[in-house]
Amino acid sequence: MIPPEVLAALKAAVGPQWVKDARAELDTYATDGLPTHRSLPGAAVIPGRKDELLQVIRILHHHRIPAVARGAGTGLSGGALASGDAVLVVLTRLNRILKIDAENRRAVVEPGVVNTRLSAAAEPFGLHYAPDPSSQPACTIGGNVAENAGGPHCLKYGVTTNHILALDVVLPDGELLSLGSPSGEPWGPDLVGLFVGSEGTFGIATEITVKLTPTPTAIRTLLADFTLLRSAGQAVTSIIAAGFVPAALEILDHNTIAAVEASIYRAGYPTDAGAVLLVELDGMDELAVEAEASQVEDLLESAGARSIQLASDPAKREKLWHGRKKAFGAMGRLGSDLVVQDAVVPRSKLPDVLDQIGEIGERYSISLCNVFHAGDGNLHPNIAFDQTDPDLAERVRRASTDIVRLCIEAGGTITGEHGVGTDKMHYMPLVYDADTLGAMNRIRHVFDPLELANPGKVLPVHSCRG
Amino acid sequence: MVADKIRSLLGEHGLLGIDPLGIPVAAPASDDECALLLRTASSESWTVRIEGSGTWIPRDARADLALSTMRLRGIVDLSPPDMVVTVGSGTSWTELQTSLANDRMWIPLDPPGSGRSVGSVVACATAGPLRTGFGAIRDHLLGLTLVTGDGRVVRAGGRVVKNVAGYDITKLAAGSFGAFGIITSVNLRLRAVPRADATLIARGTRDHLLDAARGILSSGYTPGALELFSPAAVAGTEWTLAVRLLGSHEAVAAERSAVGAAARMQFSSLEPSDAADFWRDTLARTTAAPSTLRLGALPSSLDEALDSIAHHLDESCDDWIAANVHAGVVRWSGDAGVNRIRLLRNVAAHSEMPLTIERGPWSVRSELGHFGAFRDGAVRLVYALRNSFDPSRTLAIPLGRES
Ligand SMILES: Cc1cc2nc3c(=O)[nH]c(=O)nc-3n(C[C@H](O)[C@H](O)[C@H](O)COP(=O)(O)OP(=O)(O)OC[C@H]3O[C@@H](n4cnc5c(N)ncnc54)[C@H](O)[C@@H]3O)c2cc1C
Repeated sequence: MIPPEVLAALKAAVGPQWVKDARAELDTYATDGLPTHRSLPGAAVIPGRKDELLQVIRILHHHRIPAVARGAGTGLSGGALASGDAVLVVLTRLNRILKIDAENRRAVVEPGVVNTRLSAAAEPFGLHYAPDPSSQPACTIGGNVAENAGGPHCLKYGVTTNHILALDVVLPDGELLSLGSPSGEPWGPDLVGLFVGSEGTFGIATEITVKLTPTPTAIRTLLADFTLLRSAGQAVTSIIAAGFVPAALEILDHNTIAAVEASIYRAGYPTDAGAVLLVELDGMDELAVEAEASQVEDLLESAGARSIQLASDPAKREKLWHGRKKAFGAMGRLGSDLVVQDAVVPRSKLPDVLDQIGEIGERYSISLCNVFHAGDGNLHPNIAFDQTDPDLAERVRRASTDIVRLCIEAGGTITGEHGVGTDKMHYMPLVYDADTLGAMNRIRHVFDPLELANPGKVLPVHSCRG
Repeated sequence: MVADKIRSLLGEHGLLGIDPLGIPVAAPASDDECALLLRTASSESWTVRIEGSGTWIPRDARADLALSTMRLRGIVDLSPPDMVVTVGSGTSWTELQTSLANDRMWIPLDPPGSGRSVGSVVACATAGPLRTGFGAIRDHLLGLTLVTGDGRVVRAGGRVVKNVAGYDITKLAAGSFGAFGIITSVNLRLRAVPRADATLIARGTRDHLLDAARGILSSGYTPGALELFSPAAVAGTEWTLAVRLLGSHEAVAAERSAVGAAARMQFSSLEPSDAADFWRDTLARTTAAPSTLRLGALPSSLDEALDSIAHHLDESCDDWIAANVHAGVVRWSGDAGVNRIRLLRNVAAHSEMPLTIERGPWSVRSELGHFGAFRDGAVRLVYALRNSFDPSRTLAIPLGRES
């Protein structure tokens, strides 16, 4: 419960209509993109300007009430959920693009700007914002910064952290700080790099300076289908080893293809394939990209591709991508609940790990879909199920843990882009020892000594050595 | 006394000797030995200086003990199919690249200086001209091992190319000059050596070449390197714009003509062996003078940055200067006293340009600190962070203005 005097102060700061505390209104904020986690916040505040946001944080700090930042709420780790004693600070009204500086290939935005809106604003200058999570029509740049989001094209262009030059942040005690400089050179140790990926536990990003990237003028998309998922994985390794840096390398397995083709998102993928592999090559010169595409085509053939489609014009390319982009939506229709994993393995281990994930699915009799960023080794084994079936829910839980352990044993990690949040917190001791977790915990206390910023996320406190 | 203690902790081989300043030099051979030394140092209240090959930052810091990374040497784990290497921080940067080249791989980074250790490149975050096409040091690191000032072993990041589990301590450590601890090993992302590699050169006035470089960028092309060098940097009489194109044969051929057209000037092409000499010699000249500074400016403010350097440090126009036109970074090497550097730093800070002292004699580093012009507020965070890694101030790393 949030004390009435705090609610009153918040209403005075942002206007009464922007403070939600009725149960019905709060229901909207009880989950993020993960349907399996739910928590009702004590209240939700939606400031409309930076100074209002600062006031909100200062009020909450004064009363020692935890604040949880929320962008679009598309996160897949339960990061933007708040408990009843905490206030959700919703940033979607802070959605101004403050500057597009084409000459220096930079933009300055407020945190609530939606990812695709930024790229659209940069388009007239031949530029775009490169990190492209599949949720980009909805998710915010602030949420991307907090999760260090990735996307299909991050294979070539890098993830969010490679594109953030400077940040204004409000610390949990209400102090406003500028980290980084307009050029991206730090004033001291790299605090921008440290803040990106901190999942809202260091404070809230209020203003974000990003790099913009020239939009490639020549693009080729290839779609290859394979009898075996394993062969698709091997094709990925051979393309990278040959020195190509494709813009994207994405795989959909048999179950994902089936889900897509059975849904309203039909893309015309061959339903008898073990896997399809999407390869995108891009650059500034048609002939050069064309030549690369034909070399990659040869590699796909020798890796055992049954058929290869090649597209250069936007409509045809979009069609090849369609099923990939809608894969999560299609899987969402397979069951009422969805577990979305995000483990990463070394690329060369992909074929073996994929086989073993298949075996885990069989062992627990669950239906697994794999759709993933193959070039990065970033897997998304997804399990659609029904949480009201306790036996099934338990099998899903055990299968998930087995998959995570398998990926760690293969030399990988628990999350490549979705973040730890609450969902993967219990896996943290599997990848980091107590001293490393302890160092993270001390860093957190430097930013937030009173544990008021998104408490209870990321670090399993009992596993951190003091 | 300190020397005896080192012998008793690490054995006879752990003590390399006593340096000319009378400081015992210890060379731990593992993370655990590093941790033991630093735990001992912090409980004994010794100060410790970290040293690599000594070719970038001189071994002149005052301390009770020098800790050398010399025995933290060699490739620990190389996985060609995954394109990842784990390497000891005492390994020579050049030797690392040479051995990767056997597998047709490389790290697309060309740090200035010569004979440097991997640890020095990472701790000082000295990216060279290839930063234009491939990013700064931070963009190539997947993880690292840091032995903190109070002797704990922190294993940050991992060996996979995407990883958002927990806080990014790797980024904090890279470019911190060792203020949080000793980097004992690093995990680096590798790439296949590009099939084509061409270097184009044009000479002329500074302003003319700067305009040409901007013309190239505004055409949408981003070369592997696009660097403007002062006459002294190339041991010549004119400013030089050097462009390096990397990729497939077709892509490099296309870029070569696009670059000429966009810059509206003639470039001459260097033969492969001349190109290798050009880059190596130019970058090695960075350390001919005692100090090197790095100034961050918006690409559109590079003229102002270069003018400030000329005005405050390089009146006779004979210093080593390189400007990265895409990243907006100017690097200067020369000989300047504390007061002049301080003045430039203040002037630059007013224009939102951070000035980092990348190398220099102890008299300069200790007086000015590597950073020294923190923004208000951030300075408190930086010292609190350092305090959490090195509570007894064991590591003798001058960051800058104390709060
Ligand atoms: C269909 C679908 C596809 C997806 N595809 C991808 C993908 O390809 N790649 C990928 O990386 N992710 C993907 N995601 C996950 C999600 O979209 C990203 O994590 C995204 O970055 C979250 O942004 P958001 O605005 O929704 O943040 P939210 O979910 O609202 O918040 C996420 C976290 O960020 C914190 N936060 C939000 N704003 C700020 C701020 N301004 N300052 C500090 N902390 C803040 C919150 O406290 C929370 O911890 C997908 C999600 C869905 C539903």
